[in-house]
Amino acid sequence: MSMPFYVSPEQLMKDRADFARKGISRGRSVVVLQYDDGIAFATENASRALHKVSEIYDRIAFAAVGKYNEFENLRVAGVRYADLRGYSYDRADVTARGLANAYAQTLGTVFTTESKPLEVEIVVAEVGRAPEGDQIYRLTYDGSVADEHGYVVMGGQAERLAGLLADGWQPGMTLQQVLALAVRVLGSPTDEGAEQRPIPAQQLEVGVLDRTRPRRAFRRVAGAALEDLLGAG
Amino acid sequence: MSVPTPPLDRSAGRLPDAFRTAGSSSFVEFLTGHAPHLLPGNRPLPVGELQVPHGTTIVALTFPAGVVVAGDRRATMGSMIASREIEKVFPADEYSAVGIAGTAGLAVELVRLFQLELEHYEKIEGSLLSLEGKANRLATMIRGNLGLAMQGLAVVPLFGGFDLDRRVGRIFSYDVTGGRYEEHDHHAVGSGSVFARGSLKKLWRPDLDAAGAVRVAVEALVDAADDDSATGGPDRTRGIWPVVATVTESGYLRVPDEQLREVAELVEAERRMTHEGRGGAR
Repeated sequence: MSMPFYVSPEQLMKDRADFARKGISRGRSVVVLQYDDGIAFATENASRALHKVSEIYDRIAFAAVGKYNEFENLRVAGVRYADLRGYSYDRADVTARGLANAYAQTLGTVFTTESKPLEVEIVVAEVGRAPEGDQIYRLTYDGSVADEHGYVVMGGQAERLAGLLADGWQPGMTLQQVLALAVRVLGSPTDEGAEQRPIPAQQLEVGVLDRTRPRRAFRRVAGAALEDLLGAG
Repeated sequence: MSVPTPPLDRSAGRLPDAFRTAGSSSFVEFLTGHAPHLLPGNRPLPVGELQVPHGTTIVALTFPAGVVVAGDRRATMGSMIASREIEKVFPADEYSAVGIAGTAGLAVELVRLFQLELEHYEKIEGSLLSLEGKANRLATMIRGNLGLAMQGLAVVPLFGGFDLDRRVGRIFSYDVTGGRYEEHDHHAVGSGSVFARGSLKKLWRPDLDAAGAVRVAVEALVDAADDDSATGGPDRTRGIWPVVATVTESGYLRVPDEQLREVAELVEAERRMTHEGRGGAR
């Protein structure tokens, strides 16, 4: 019987991380931005049915990049988690922090114990009654969690786009302003000196958690409403 | 002999496998598999009689723009009034309303589960169930309650909603076995329903506007309260008015108390006048 080759734990984890990162960087980026009345999510997505941004609960939304079947599975699990929790206790007891923890444990366990890590990166965001109460958690393939403020970018070119957002974003912007910024960042040229790429409204998937809405804060912005917002910005 | 160690909880903190298993978009089916003890119909039945609050009359009627669902505010326990401000009409989702007569505790739990069932489907699928689909889901849930109904803990809903495909308001009634029947024009359930139906028959017209439909609903409840001791009429002393909701193309809307006060006072004033004029209230 032959002995299996020895692979050091460092090498094993590095290989898995590289594998997951490669998968994630292939996809288009998602940007998440805080604005005065809530949190906006935007991504380039030609599909009207396969969403990257969705509602989880009254004041909680989910955005993801990576492999569709894997993050869709996590999204459904999140909706079940939130609905079960809200049904057993109360709607007010469902929090983004609890959900982010459950996701982190799940991603971490899959990363270390299963044959293949999940090739996904997700954001769980909860809108508060005031901007100070907003929470944005970013979770990566290995289960690490980052508590973000202001803005987040995930997916291919995340670092470069985050640099652009850092220059353009400031607290207290309106929805129009953050959407204009999102479109500018998503369409920014990859190479120095190349042309800025315009993104038509039909190619954009936009969702917002609107703190002024009474119960379910999440709504999709599409069609004429989105064109109006982009045109005016 | 050593004490056996309990198995480690391997799911510590992470989402249980059931959450990530591909399955249906139904929350009730998810509960059946993962947490059956949370379903109202799945608990062991206690033996013996018990007295619990019962909700009473619910009326519903259609009008060209949609449907009105209304319920009185009384719950009774035997001959005692258990509550004079219970609410028995709820939004099921954006485009439908459900009113419930029968065992109050179970009814409220069932409505909570039904609301969640519709919202859960909407979130998972990204689209709304058809009105027929919603009515059928409610039938399945009532059927699940049959065991309790046989023990005297029946729940009988009245479901009304705006059909986004056909663009009309529709009403569905149920029996305790989960039988689902579409009703035309108007319907009432609960202890005062006999009187409310009589009233609806005389007052309902096909060309009512929203305000007119609300008035007919209130008047039917007043008639029910007139002859049924378990139905509560408008309470002017405490300012308790029926719960009346309209469901139209623009969604579920609860009629504000201020409007209900005016309608109730108008109905009362008219009846007083007829009574004083000719003798014998209408």
